[in-house]
Amino acid sequence: MSAKDLRGKVAIVGVGTAGCGEATGFSELEILAQAAKAAVEDAGLAMADIDGICTANLSAAMWPLNVVEYLGIRPKFVEGTNVGGAAFVAHQTHAMLALAAGLCDAVLVCYGSNQRTSTFGRKERTAARNLLDHNPYEAPYRPFNPPSSYAMIAARHMYQYGTTRRHLAEVAVAARKWAQLNPEAFSRGPLDVETVLNARMISDPFTVYDCCLVTDGAAAYVITRADRAKDLKQKPVHILSNATAAWHRSVANMADLTVTPSKESGERAFAAAGLGPKDMDVVQIYDAFTINTILALEDLGFCGKGEGGPFVEDGAIAPGGKLPVNTNGGGLSCVHPNMYGAFATIEAVRQLRGTCGERQVKDAKTAVVNGNGGNSASSQSTSVLATADAL
Amino acid sequence: MDGAPDQGAEAHYRAALNQGRLLIQRCESCGKHVFFPRSICPHCWSESLAWVEPKGSGTVYSTTTVRRKPDAGGDYNVSLVDLDEGVRMMSRVDGVPPGEVKIGMRVAAEVIEEGGGGLVVFRPEGAR
Repeated sequence: MSAKDLRGKVAIVGVGTAGCGEATGFSELEILAQAAKAAVEDAGLAMADIDGICTANLSAAMWPLNVVEYLGIRPKFVEGTNVGGAAFVAHQTHAMLALAAGLCDAVLVCYGSNQRTSTFGRKERTAARNLLDHNPYEAPYRPFNPPSSYAMIAARHMYQYGTTRRHLAEVAVAARKWAQLNPEAFSRGPLDVETVLNARMISDPFTVYDCCLVTDGAAAYVITRADRAKDLKQKPVHILSNATAAWHRSVANMADLTVTPSKESGERAFAAAGLGPKDMDVVQIYDAFTINTILALEDLGFCGKGEGGPFVEDGAIAPGGKLPVNTNGGGLSCVHPNMYGAFATIEAVRQLRGTCGERQVKDAKTAVVNGNGGNSASSQSTSVLATADAL
Repeated sequence: MDGAPDQGAEAHYRAALNQGRLLIQRCESCGKHVFFPRSICPHCWSESLAWVEPKGSGTVYSTTTVRRKPDAGGDYNVSLVDLDEGVRMMSRVDGVPPGEVKIGMRVAAEVIEEGGGGLVVFRPEGAR
């Protein structure tokens, strides 16, 4: 069996979000459960039908157990791989294999975080994580992570290829313009390049607008085999392929700061799908920072290495541009509750269903989703999705 | 291996640093230098890693200024430095304002005492 044998064999049949933006007074399990219920109902299934689960969390080491307990389910397939925010894209391979092998029939991928409004503060959580996942070779230098690691990635890209802060700002502005078309987006106010450039600097060359939002939010989606998907409530969105590449943990161990694991995951995902970047109608990239979008466009093959800056100029990835990227507003302007992979996947599904209203990309039949994880593009996971008529 | 057999690579590295010496590893099997210290070579997976003292000279591979309000200690530098032996480490460049640290700058390592132990920092080459 090869990855190609799994092509289109499963489909995403239900999606749901909850508590996006600010979920004041709610726990992360509470909003996760709301999103899970919404996704299951969206599919036309009942929670009792869910017999597989994929979930991960930045604080709890045995998180799948917390989730099955809370949801009151006893799945036959339990998956808790945590490769950072890419996890909820990477989970697709595991769900595909389990479904194809007949180990289970309906897999729920779910995530939730109340990092913005939680009364158990972000500062304490960061300190706790640094203690539990200590890096003695970096901690003494106090990088403000993740921004500082991605800032050094951006600085190197600028040095090697002449990418400018203005190019980075174009990414932030494009995301905002998409968010303005999305009633569910958190940041929808006006934003222009000058405002990005003149904003408060966080870790050079990033201002606050080069960094993703810090919001609450939960996301869930349901995957079944394609034969079952056709009889369910929604237009199925088939997973043609998914591939994950994991290269390092910390930025000092990233071999070339200008080349991300998407180079590998993208090649493998496109090969298994039998499609390429030119065939993609919609692109959803995990934009933790503005440089992520530029790097992913290069490494997935939408442009050459070093050409990502000029590629995004003049609103090229904004509404009305040449390539629709992050049509919900992305992590930069829509939602970013610590790990964004499931949200990128859900936006691709909504585009392929044709339910995106004002921001809908006309006749979208194919989408690429690129998850990002770790504090320095450490792991990335690429999926190619398509409607039934693009199979 | 000149590391004590009852001590792992991380502890050996830390002990040397606390005595003011920066050590890195060199794989006796494939010849490549290794940092951070490990129990097996990440290039050829041999266990024959020897401790060597690097020249200490290197080049800034990338850099950032972490912005902090003056009352929180002010801005500071974080850099990735490529040692001439071919390994990269996170550190910082002292002796110049954080904003003046540039990619490509030649720097020299120095072990200082900070946070209750030895710490590797760099200074622009030629600066004292």
